[in-house]
Amino acid sequence: MKRSSWQGLDTAARTLTPTLLIVAMVFLGQLPYSLSGQASVTPYFVLMGVFYWGMHRPDLLPAVVVFLVGLMQDALDGEPFGVNAFVLIAVYWLVVSQQRHFRGRPFLVVWSGFAAAALMADILRWTLVSIVLGVALAPWAIMLEYFMTVMFYPVLTVAFALAHKTLPRGESGEFVD
Amino acid sequence: MRASMPFRHSAQRSTFALLLLLAAGIMLIGKADPTVYERTRMAVTDVATPILDTLSHPVAAGGEFIADLKLLYAAHDENRALREENDRLRRWRAVAEGLESENARLRGMLNLAPEAPARFITGRVIGDSGGAFLRSVLVNIGARDGVRKGVAAVDGTSLLGRIAEVGNRSSRILLVSDLNSRIPVLVGESRERAILAGDNSDQPKLAYLPAEISIAPGDLVITSGHGGAFPAGLPVGIVVRPDDSEELRVQPFHSTRRLEFVRLMDFGLTGVLQDRDLGPAGR
Repeated sequence: MKRSSWQGLDTAARTLTPTLLIVAMVFLGQLPYSLSGQASVTPYFVLMGVFYWGMHRPDLLPAVVVFLVGLMQDALDGEPFGVNAFVLIAVYWLVVSQQRHFRGRPFLVVWSGFAAAALMADILRWTLVSIVLGVALAPWAIMLEYFMTVMFYPVLTVAFALAHKTLPRGESGEFVD
Repeated sequence: MRASMPFRHSAQRSTFALLLLLAAGIMLIGKADPTVYERTRMAVTDVATPILDTLSHPVAAGGEFIADLKLLYAAHDENRALREENDRLRRWRAVAEGLESENARLRGMLNLAPEAPARFITGRVIGDSGGAFLRSVLVNIGARDGVRKGVAAVDGTSLLGRIAEVGNRSSRILLVSDLNSRIPVLVGESRERAILAGDNSDQPKLAYLPAEISIAPGDLVITSGHGGAFPAGLPVGIVVRPDDSEELRVQPFHSTRRLEFVRLMDFGLTGVLQDRDLGPAGR
């Protein structure tokens, strides 16, 4: 059966889904939640995206995209340039190389894996920002952020899984280390 | 397919390693010269501004809805408290009017030159980095609206922070609580000079206080105008002593919660805050 160009366009748009969702996570992380009257410590949303898509469809998420998204996060956050790019690439590498231990496992196992990856990411981020700024930052804020990030992961997973279902099947199963 | 796997894995590994090196290099260059990425940062922020601006409206609306519900719940008590406060304020107003006319008369006698009127620009908060490492907010006004680096940002009338980075249509305000915020202030009736030093906590420290201090919790903290960056006399907060500490801190009047609109005050002062002193996000 010959595929129409519309179908081709549709497939192309769908394969961009992980990238678009991760960019959306950057914006989600920047919104002024303090406006809601709550104390604001925002979860590390973009990390959730990198972890989910790194585990399920790394074939649709080039490492360069993760790198650029990290730089975008740095720019909007006001954090030293390169910090988020470094952290996200490190996590992405870890996830892609460990994905076979997580795929098809119960959600609790995956969630624990995410908690471990987020811990590594936050320690790395704290260390890098402290080095670049030349001061040891108080660790309490990053601990609160870590807690929020781990708590929010199941919610975002539901959203990612819904988008995941619409994607064309790929070769992601081969992407193991 | 299987035959290509080893090649693909090594290629993949080198990509990751290369990108990590690149990120490390970017950080090193940024550490050597913090201003080098400033244009890039603000260019990205400018592009993101319309999106953040649009998305922040529903967040604000949600916040208002929650606030309305809380108000409704507390309306009765609130109303009584406000009536009492209103009575008290009426009496204060009479006192203030008396003082104002006396002040005008005395100024007239001294022939004091009037202070230059400040220019205000009002902007909307569209982004908040979330507070894990930095205390800064993004606003939807920039160079095209006349924003300049170093100008004071106020919430109502109390000091919020200063402009650290300016894009074309967005700018970043470094809040007084940020680690890198240092503001010359005067404390209490004795007008002791000190530096209000942020440390990312909600209550900034008072640094460089004179050895013998006559400052007590409850004293008013205002900007001193030293260094020429800020106008003198802007209210900042009051002195507090946290329960378990000997250290004096300042509780700012402004609250970063429900901060939707900010005013930037341009007094035409450039002060000591030149480009070189204010790198990325004020570093």
